[in-house]
Amino acid sequence: MRSMLKASIAALGLAAVTAGSASADGHALSGDLKIFLDTSNPAPRATMEAMIARFGEANPGVNIETTVIDREAYKTQIRNFLTADAPDVATWYAANRMRPFVDAGLFEDVSDLWEDADIKENLASTKGAMTIDGKQWGVPYTYYQWGIYYRKDLYEELGINEPANWDEMKSNCEKVVASGRACYTIGTKFLWTAGGWFDYLNMRTHGFDFHMDLANGNVAWTDDRVKQTFANWRELIDMGGFVENHQNYSWQESLPFIVNGEAAAILKGNFAVAPLREAGLDDSKLDFHQFPPITEGIALAEDAPTDTFHIPSGASNKDNARAFLKFVASANEQSEINNGKNLGQLPVNASSSIDDDKFLNEGFEMLSSNSPGGVAQFFDRDFPAEMASEAMQGLQEFMVFPDNLDDILVRLEKVRERVYK
Amino acid sequence: MAETTEINSGRQRSWYKRNEIAVTPWLFLAPAILFFAVYVIIPIFQSINISFYDWDGLGEATWVGLDNYVELADDRAFEISFWNNFKWLIFYLLAIPAGLFIALFLNQTVTGIRIYKSLFFFPFVLSQVVVGLVFSWFYLPNEGLLSNFLAWFGVDGVNILGDPTLATYGIIAAGLWPQTAYCMILYLTGLNAVDPEQVEAARLDGAKGWKMLWYVIIPQLKPATFIAFVVTIIGALRSFDLISIMTNGGPFGQTRVLSFYMFEKALSEFGFRMGYGAAIAVVLFLIMLVFIAYFLWSMWKEEKGH
Repeated sequence: MRSMLKASIAALGLAAVTAGSASADGHALSGDLKIFLDTSNPAPRATMEAMIARFGEANPGVNIETTVIDREAYKTQIRNFLTADAPDVATWYAANRMRPFVDAGLFEDVSDLWEDADIKENLASTKGAMTIDGKQWGVPYTYYQWGIYYRKDLYEELGINEPANWDEMKSNCEKVVASGRACYTIGTKFLWTAGGWFDYLNMRTHGFDFHMDLANGNVAWTDDRVKQTFANWRELIDMGGFVENHQNYSWQESLPFIVNGEAAAILKGNFAVAPLREAGLDDSKLDFHQFPPITEGIALAEDAPTDTFHIPSGASNKDNARAFLKFVASANEQSEINNGKNLGQLPVNASSSIDDDKFLNEGFEMLSSNSPGGVAQFFDRDFPAEMASEAMQGLQEFMVFPDNLDDILVRLEKVRERVYK
Repeated sequence: MAETTEINSGRQRSWYKRNEIAVTPWLFLAPAILFFAVYVIIPIFQSINISFYDWDGLGEATWVGLDNYVELADDRAFEISFWNNFKWLIFYLLAIPAGLFIALFLNQTVTGIRIYKSLFFFPFVLSQVVVGLVFSWFYLPNEGLLSNFLAWFGVDGVNILGDPTLATYGIIAAGLWPQTAYCMILYLTGLNAVDPEQVEAARLDGAKGWKMLWYVIIPQLKPATFIAFVVTIIGALRSFDLISIMTNGGPFGQTRVLSFYMFEKALSEFGFRMGYGAAIAVVLFLIMLVFIAYFLWSMWKEEKGH
């Protein structure tokens, strides 16, 4: 409520200041615009509110109402508000994660926006992730890389380097374990973190296309190739590569292990950088490297989850909503909201500039020039909801009891046969 | 209006006046009946109806007959949740004897006994979420109080909530803490009503210790025991918040109970199976029905007896 008021006041105030300077493109917008956001953490929230205020400034005739909902609660509430009391714009995630709403006809087809030259060329890299049934259903506003964040000082102390291949990754890990530490920290209480490991191991073992075939239900979980991926994973598990009792921890609770030097690295999205820096790991102690290749000759592919804006099909101010989506997709706005002072992530728009941050630069470099295989969204966004939730449980079980693998795969295969019918 | 004035004066009494005795109770009950019907009775039938459909909560529902139930019969996660519910029902009842013994222990006149009583009652006042958090810290594998304590005895690396066979018992133990306090309060009030003359008479006949407790005190506490039994059974079947806080159903779904599994399947982040969730709810409802029937029957018997 407070944010709504604040945003409206900001919009009104700015409207008063800029009154007279009519909208640049001639046809001024008017009416209401109701925006629902899931960016409830302090920094993203401020970023979004500032961006909405700028939109209000450019469109003084529009009366904007913003509602910010807790990020986790949003995931269940969206079903209710899309059907009952739809806003004009809502945040969500790309790929299969939006499929239930697209299939139910709750998201507006915005393919027309993607005809626009600006969007068509500059957002081309994520068009695939926004496409279902040949149409586009929203626009992306940010994404971030995944990869291995490691303790540079510990690696130096142990005399190991960023691994260039799977054998080096394993031999590094052996050295780390020999020094009484775990190679990787992870907290699997909420399951999805294990999905990141599976994504990378599977994409590196068999490639992006195979991974997507599995996500789309075209490959059996009991397939020997899937077993090969788990066999690779098991090598790390058996050598004691992961912290113990990870099933008890959330990802945040798993961070102290790397901060205290009890673990040497973590496979995580770029959002881990901010808390790690806050905990005292400066750039001399924290570094990043791409997940090394496993099977030779397989094109590297990355996870880079994309967050998006959509127009619910029940929206009442679709013209204003379209204008807002265009605004969000513009190069300037994307540079601004993704810079280090705001989201600290990567802009999707190719003409945007990237903030000068070590990890953002490395991530951008990796995604734009060293990810020829493709860009995946993330396990729980690429796999259909039901498959993802069952599978992530299986992944957690595998990490604790690797011997249960055959049983887990048979169970997942049963789920696959039902989910993709 | 005109009529009402006439009633008071006239000989022709209104319909309401003539039927006042029969109608008034129903009028008073009407709001409760209305809300009970709208929020409890009708939803029960709706749930049963939904359980015959395959529905993601958004699009069209398709009729699948008993398919959801057939799938349940073959679903290992459901089986685990089902047996966990039974573990809860059985072990949660430990709160009753535990509450009784604390009540007996505290039922004495010592300086400051009110403070001790309120300290023992304290856990029941805490929110279940707080209890869950406190116990999950208590159980932490390395930093936790319990594992430090066990380390003194040379038992290392106990991770109760991370161990699929122990986790449910760990959560039940956490739940027993406030539930014991609740039962204790029920028994403390019950003990106030124990007839001192009977105790005196029993004492003259040479009863003491266990015999006194078993044959004289406990029979007199029967009403308290009944209420304690009811609230504990209901508490066991509603065990949701502790599980959600302490393990989130994990490790790999081994601590789920039916209500949690239903929530996961139908309403959680990845839950899009309303029909399947409703089928689980129906099974849970049938289990509850056994207890509800028993409670109603024993209350009816009680009333008839008087």
